[in-house]
Amino acid sequence: MPGRVILHADLNNFYASVEMLHHPKLRGRPVAVGGSAELRHGIILAKNYEAKAYGIQVGHALWQAKQKCPNLIIVPPDYDKYLRFSRLFRKILMDYSDQVESFGLDESWVDVTGSKTLFGSGEAIANEIRERVKFELGVTVSVGVSFNKIFSKLGSDMKKPDATTIITEDNFRDIVWPLPAADLLGVGRSTQVKLLQYGVRTIGDIARLEPKKLQSWFGKWGLFLYTYANGQDISPVKLTNYELGVKSVGNSTTCPRDLENEQDAHIVFQNLAESVAERLRDLGLMAKTVQISLRTNDLAWCERQMALPHPSMISSELTNAAMLLLRKHFHWEKPLRGIGIRGTNLAPLEHFQQVTIFDDGAKRERAERLEYSIDNIRRRFGHYAVQRALLTIDENLGKLNAKADHIIHPLGYGRL
Amino acid sequence: MADSQDYLANDYKVYVDVNIDHKADGTIRPRSFVWEDGKRYQIDKVLDIRPAASRKAGGTGLRYTVCVGKRETFMFLEEDHKVGRWFMERKY
Repeated sequence: MPGRVILHADLNNFYASVEMLHHPKLRGRPVAVGGSAELRHGIILAKNYEAKAYGIQVGHALWQAKQKCPNLIIVPPDYDKYLRFSRLFRKILMDYSDQVESFGLDESWVDVTGSKTLFGSGEAIANEIRERVKFELGVTVSVGVSFNKIFSKLGSDMKKPDATTIITEDNFRDIVWPLPAADLLGVGRSTQVKLLQYGVRTIGDIARLEPKKLQSWFGKWGLFLYTYANGQDISPVKLTNYELGVKSVGNSTTCPRDLENEQDAHIVFQNLAESVAERLRDLGLMAKTVQISLRTNDLAWCERQMALPHPSMISSELTNAAMLLLRKHFHWEKPLRGIGIRGTNLAPLEHFQQVTIFDDGAKRERAERLEYSIDNIRRRFGHYAVQRALLTIDENLGKLNAKADHIIHPLGYGRL
Repeated sequence: MADSQDYLANDYKVYVDVNIDHKADGTIRPRSFVWEDGKRYQIDKVLDIRPAASRKAGGTGLRYTVCVGKRETFMFLEEDHKVGRWFMERKY
């Protein structure tokens, strides 16, 4: 595929930047956005440059970060705000192409090959995007411009904040090859360690290896690394509406504490089911099948599923199905560490359905209306504005905002 | 987080009540707003509408540049899904 122009736009310190925009008093001080310690995920999710200067890193425990920088201001995350900014960011990008592929909330690829005659060169578009994001959103973005997705992502990482980096077919050997191998998308920690054992330090080292050697070390994945390092990745930037082909909607969680009995499981299932049901409604879909996954505290894992009497996007019906499956297939020989629930076999939302004589149609309709009202209240006043009493029995188990907490992280690139 | 509270206060962002005309073509036009002193101000003219962030008040939205008497000022429509709120910048 010759001559592609692909941008990768990466919002700088996304969560922290959004907080600094909204709270002027935070500007110029070391700031981190962190989860709450009581819920077993008290870690730093984002930091600003002032905090970085103290050596604060994403993933640090909150107490660790405080030790490094006693003045650090830790702000709790506000996912509603980040989702809004992510949406506005995508909206800007979509002005330039119909190929906008998100990689998490704060990163996107944009293929502008077909837009060059309309908007100018890749660099010109990148600069315009930077200016617009700064003016319209009040945060900054770094953009990489290149001829494949791998190098454009590398580029967006090279100059920060608010900068454009261009990597061409002529200069990538000078720019990309001296970088450490770990900078290459797809080289994770274990791959990096293994590469170092073989004396492979830079991306250039990977590029100059025999593909066969890489294959013998890493299998098929080794060949991918070879093409990535040589700028031969041809994976396309997905079309914007690609996500509409949803096959299933699910949520799973590692619980703040192990689950000991049915009531514990009920609380967490209810919580997860609410987010699944809400997302189904957002997508205009209903599930015909419910699937649960169970993980015990010795990390054994199993999955069970059943068909629903009728397609549903009502959280209580999903929860009931999950509890039915749980009772049938699980006997509490060990406590549960994590559970998940998933709606599959999806059908478009319809308000007219075949009813059976055993059904109370009016009751279902009321349940549906209730759920839409709850969506509305949460949209306006936040997730915790309205809660089921069940979820207040155990504060820690109940206090998972499943929808916000579980749709943030991108899938690993290329691995399926 | 107890210690972050002091820094999260925002003295420059004022949410206001706004009277709006909703036109048949789907556009809207703000007619007046109530400032925090309780006084209602008439909007004489809308000069410009564009998406913009307010560094001063801390927020982002659709920015209306309006004339109130002889003074020009910004009003921001901070929309999220179907809910919209208007905020303005306090000038100290």
